[in-house]
Amino acid sequence: MLEKKLYTVIIFSENTVGLLNQITIIFTRRQLNIETLSVSPSAISGIHKFTITTYADENMIEKVVKQIDKRVDILKAYYNTDEDLVFQEIALYKLSTERFLKMGTVEELIRKYNVRVLEMNETCVVLEKSGHYDETQNLFKELSETIGVLQFIRSGRIAITKSPVERLSDMLANMERVLLEKKTDDGKK
Amino acid sequence: MKQQITGSEALLKSLIAEGVDTIFGYPGGAVIPVYDQLYDYKEQLKHVLVRHEQCATHAAQGYARVSGKVGVALVTSGPGATNTLTGIADAMIDSTPLVVITGQVASPLLGTDAFQEIDVIGITLPITKWAYQVRKPEDIAWAVSRAFYIASTGRPGPVVLDIAKDAQVGMVDFEYQKADYIRSYQPEPEIRMEGIQEAAKLINEAKKPFCLVGQGVILAGAEEELTEFLSKNDIPAGCTTLGLSALPTDFPLNKGMLGMHGNVGPNRKTNECDVLIAVGMRFDDRVTGDLSTYAKQAKVVHLDIDDSEIGKNVPVDVRVLGNAKKTLPLITALLETRKRAEWNEAFESDAQEEYEKVIEKELFPTDGCLKMGEVIRKISEATNNEAVLVTDVGQNQMMGVRYFKYKQTRSVVTSGGLGTMGFGLPAAIGAKMGAPERTVCLFTGDGGLQMTIQELGTIMQEQLNVKIILLNNNFLGMVRQWQELFFQDRYSATVMKNPNFVMIAKAYGIASREVQKREELDEAIHEMLEHDGPYLLMANVEEKGLVYPMIPAGATITNILMGD
Ligand SMILES: Cc1ncc(C[n+]2csc(CCOP(=O)(O)OP(=O)(O)O)c2C)c(N)n1
Ligand SMILES: [Mg+2]
Repeated sequence: MLEKKLYTVIIFSENTVGLLNQITIIFTRRQLNIETLSVSPSAISGIHKFTITTYADENMIEKVVKQIDKRVDILKAYYNTDEDLVFQEIALYKLSTERFLKMGTVEELIRKYNVRVLEMNETCVVLEKSGHYDETQNLFKELSETIGVLQFIRSGRIAITKSPVERLSDMLANMERVLLEKKTDDGKK
Repeated sequence: MKQQITGSEALLKSLIAEGVDTIFGYPGGAVIPVYDQLYDYKEQLKHVLVRHEQCATHAAQGYARVSGKVGVALVTSGPGATNTLTGIADAMIDSTPLVVITGQVASPLLGTDAFQEIDVIGITLPITKWAYQVRKPEDIAWAVSRAFYIASTGRPGPVVLDIAKDAQVGMVDFEYQKADYIRSYQPEPEIRMEGIQEAAKLINEAKKPFCLVGQGVILAGAEEELTEFLSKNDIPAGCTTLGLSALPTDFPLNKGMLGMHGNVGPNRKTNECDVLIAVGMRFDDRVTGDLSTYAKQAKVVHLDIDDSEIGKNVPVDVRVLGNAKKTLPLITALLETRKRAEWNEAFESDAQEEYEKVIEKELFPTDGCLKMGEVIRKISEATNNEAVLVTDVGQNQMMGVRYFKYKQTRSVVTSGGLGTMGFGLPAAIGAKMGAPERTVCLFTGDGGLQMTIQELGTIMQEQLNVKIILLNNNFLGMVRQWQELFFQDRYSATVMKNPNFVMIAKAYGIASREVQKREELDEAIHEMLEHDGPYLLMANVEEKGLVYPMIPAGATITNILMGD
């Protein structure tokens, strides 16, 4: 058996109803757990981008990605490992204002973890930190152990490839070409 | 000036624009407007009223499989839609182009658990190539054009259109444009010439190449291209069950069927060849058995239009992605003209062994009860091997595909990937409608026939000339076979107490007779084939017959059972 690794699956799709469902059932059939998921409009209007992380072996992830790619409404699906990507997650931490101030190490904390204060009122403080999973997790741990965290939320991963080629625009250019060829073919007929 | 018409009429006009002339369906509350409109389009759209919606999909499958056209089914919402699921799933795994139109409650009621509302899209997404809900009459023409384009191009498959009732009754300006491009869908991948060259090189250098022929060849209409490919380099071939009839049975390079109950030669040679060329097939476990011992010695070349099939089950050395109708001739052009007499002759000893141990006993028994194989082969020959074979599932299916013979393509209609009992009778209805000029012979079992026996009513109403051969063994024979071979003869829930099928047929006005004596068989077959109209021939066959050869599930060719 191949070794299991964390893969990031990046999917470009049309923005149609039920797409997430189409994608997740392919993971379900193969008994793959989705670790994180993030969906948003891409740089190109009308095209959505899914970023999904999952633990799998390469053999499995390759098959899953091909099956996703095959769905009619999917423009393109890829998979990458962490080495190929620049990626980020964002986390929010809600703390009690009183305990936060009493902690006395606010400056140190902000410098050490590079956190931003998003909100502060009489009852609570909301901190924001972006980073890799370990980084946001370490801060959560430290805060939990010291002053306690009232609420915590972390986003799914977003990622960008390190390679110089912009895959989405390549792909779209290719599609435009197919369409043009088709039109010229039809013209000839 | 454009004229406003109802969504229902737009639907029918769209179907006509796609070349549809036959619809299999069943009405209900959520499609009444469409049915009402159909009343005015009777001349152009023949509607076949099945007796259960599952059979609308199976009949559409039969129609599509013999004609190469898209099969169309029309049903109501809720239970009408859920009844179609087995046929949709069957079409998905067997790559059959279908458009299944389901009525849906009016869009304001969606999501409210309205009467006969069901989440059709949610339920059918995993078993369709595309599923789409239409909520506005303006979307009907667009959705139908996409549905047909998607169902019929690339690797074909079923599409569901769920049409809300308000979209059926709303008014719309009708204008139809056939789809031929969808940005996110590339049905025919570009052909990589490197793959073509590598494939040709491997085959030219091979000493013992062997070709696996799948249904993809038929779907691509690449039968001739395949024949030229095989002939030029003298490459022997075996067919998957669904690939049968892509090559005539008597074509010298056609060495028979692959898989669990396939022929000995093709299965053995898969593990002896040096280059294995798979064309439009997906290495199903019923073909490969244990993957860890499957064709390990061979370099594998895989031609397929579906990238996700290449390398899915068997590691591939050369991938040739593309439409086989184009990729095969490109490879053939680079092949050397060869004669491989010795390699081709090597199949003969296997064939001889199989003949002696299995086939002779099955086809030419001298005493005892009728055997399935002898009935099937006699009927095949009585039709000059020109009929369409339709089967149900079980021993009747495996015997049917083993012993029926084929002269032309699209002659086999059987449920391959799903193995759906009850498929046979409705599929035969569709096959006859799709190929009215051909004789259609259905072989079915006493179990499977009773799963969709109500379709005798459809046959009666349409006076469809379908020849139904019931291979009656009073057992769920194939399961019984496993119980005999692997579960110490413990016949748990496989004994069938059966009704008088001849009387049932007669109640439907279908000519019928029973045969159990060998001396009467020829005459009974003659009577059936001469009869102008539907006919049910009940052949009482040996109760505990066994389909051999058999490579047990998950086993390998060396574990083959020959019943000796
Ligand atoms: C819908 C469905 N249910 C159950 C099965 C499992 N199954 C496969 S073959 C078989 C027995 C078929 O019996 P019969 O129709 O009498 O055919 P025979 O094998 O006797 O020719 C069964 C139960 C199936 N394939 N499909
Ligand atoms: Mg039976």
